[in-house]
Amino acid sequence: MKKLNIEIVDIIDTSKMYAQLSHAHSGGICVFIGTVREFTNNEEVVALEFETYQAMAIKEMQKIADEAVAKWNLNSVIIQHAVGAKKVEEPVVIVGASAAHRPECFEACRFLIDTLKERVPIWKKEMFKNKEVWVSAHP
Amino acid sequence: MNVLFFGIARDIVGTSELSISDIVKNPTVNDLKQYLISKYSNFSKLTSFAVAVNNEYAKDDVPLEQNDEIAIIPPVSGG
Repeated sequence: MKKLNIEIVDIIDTSKMYAQLSHAHSGGICVFIGTVREFTNNEEVVALEFETYQAMAIKEMQKIADEAVAKWNLNSVIIQHAVGAKKVEEPVVIVGASAAHRPECFEACRFLIDTLKERVPIWKKEMFKNKEVWVSAHP
Repeated sequence: MNVLFFGIARDIVGTSELSISDIVKNPTVNDLKQYLISKYSNFSKLTSFAVAVNNEYAKDDVPLEQNDEIAIIPPVSGG
């Protein structure tokens, strides 16, 4: 049986990820964790603030997981994204996949994060010392 | 009809939910986009914005029904 874990959470607990992904039929696990970086274009970021349209976000994340499972022979998939204010070095997103062999894991993991960034209705505001900027809003 | 706003779209209209009655009859997604751009010029400054109907991205020609859950989706930036 495949293991799927799709969640919007307040805090990402990276210590749970191994149990969520490990699988008797898998020989490898790939994980990507997105974190808060201190500088954007040489400007110091105090925090990132995330908000979501939760019902739709969960639906899109589920679709992305289903697409990955249809494309590669995966035994487990996790997609979790955090909401609220996150400080430098805190995790904000985690995606991962396990499969019998490593090529599928690497490819699926990249697909999961790239597609999440394109489609899932989550918005990030960069909080600088003197201003706030919605990321990607303007050309 | 009620429309939900998120992220910078909420900042532009100043509220997270708006009841719109002065729009053309039998509006489509495109009609709603044009309505918003005409009322709030800052929508035209965005990179793009999408409309979701019942939690799915909707194309411009999709008709909007009174009981649909309609949301304005500015450029997403998760991850």
